[in-house]
Amino acid sequence: MPQVTLTVNGKSATVEVEARTLLVELLREKMGLTGTHVGCDTSQCGACVVLVDGISAKSCTMLAVQADGTAVTTIEGLAAADGTLHPMQEMFREHHALQCGFCTPGMVMAAIDLVNANPQGLSEDEIRHGLEGNLCRCTGYHNIVKAIDAAQGIMHATAAE
Amino acid sequence: MYDFAYQKPASLAAATAALATEDAKAMAGGMTLIPVLKQRLNKPSVVVDLAALGLTGITVTGDSVTIGAMTTHAAVAASAEIKRAIPALAALANIIGDKEVRHRGTIGGSLANNDPAADYPAAALALGATITTTKRAIKADDYFQGMFTTALEADEIITSVSFPIPAKAAYEKFKNPASRYAMVGVFVAKGPAGTRVAITGAGQNGVFRHTAFEAALAATWSATALANVPTPDADLNSDIHASAEYRAHLCNVVARRAVAAAG
Repeated sequence: MPQVTLTVNGKSATVEVEARTLLVELLREKMGLTGTHVGCDTSQCGACVVLVDGISAKSCTMLAVQADGTAVTTIEGLAAADGTLHPMQEMFREHHALQCGFCTPGMVMAAIDLVNANPQGLSEDEIRHGLEGNLCRCTGYHNIVKAIDAAQGIMHATAAE
Repeated sequence: MYDFAYQKPASLAAATAALATEDAKAMAGGMTLIPVLKQRLNKPSVVVDLAALGLTGITVTGDSVTIGAMTTHAAVAASAEIKRAIPALAALANIIGDKEVRHRGTIGGSLANNDPAADYPAAALALGATITTTKRAIKADDYFQGMFTTALEADEIITSVSFPIPAKAAYEKFKNPASRYAMVGVFVAKGPAGTRVAITGAGQNGVFRHTAFEAALAATWSATALANVPTPDADLNSDIHASAEYRAHLCNVVARRAVAAAG
């Protein structure tokens, strides 16, 4: 069986997988990181979004073997060791940007990528379009957009320090 | 998903050899292949990952834009050089799928797959691109051979795609509101390859050139020149999203928008 060596949330791991194992299966089933969700399993809903080398990707549409040699960040890897939430998580809480919460991990990861990729700042419209790959079946988009807008200010201010 | 063997060759020679295996399948970004494998619509003996072949990169000269086959849609969309040389191409790349798909999907993968609703085939055909492979250089006119069908041989790998820089070009797409795939996408261009109109999403046989639109635009480059030019609906898709007649109508509307956008 193929072996995959990767870094997940800062910890290095070498795991044996079948070639057909999806990255999300490796994370959830082999590593117990069930924060990353599988919603549609057809690359549409974005509940499975993680960062691969800092870039957002749908982990249900990536083979684990394709992640060999990469650094993966999941929702579990965002908060500081002392439990301090990432600004995006904090703003999702502050603005009540979740209802059932199922889409939230993917929303948060996709939003972090969106903000990181746009240091010039994003308008509300750009945030909405930037979330094209993430579906919220509770239709709770308004507060998600508010949370991302609030978080981008904090993230850019922190990055500039 | 059925299991398969996995190889990630480090050279084109090794990749070509791996693809000579019966039922081998090449994988670029995997944005189509992985969903296809999940549905068990394909059962490859070996998946040959092209990611380690160094086929990424963008080169812009005075008269052409050349893009490595494994260059992602996101990289094309963000390229300042492509935005300057062929802004329509960067804009097209920026509306493929969603952000996460654009991070992994590649131009070579899109052209090799030739999905009848894919965006890049319209650009390649309208701009008169040349598709360079491990064996030869193929003109876009000879490359697209019907839906999911191309001139590529089983062990032939696209290495790069070269687009002549046009004087004017634009791509407009009418998206299916749910899937965001093109119900009709029209790429118009006036350049070294002539005045060309390529349409994706509408045809039963995949991307095609609309010669009546081309003739009208060659005579007068303006949206109004297309006003009364008909689109026969005999070879257009008809499905739950749109009838062939509706798609024929959309071809005209979207083409006019594209010409207006091209200026």
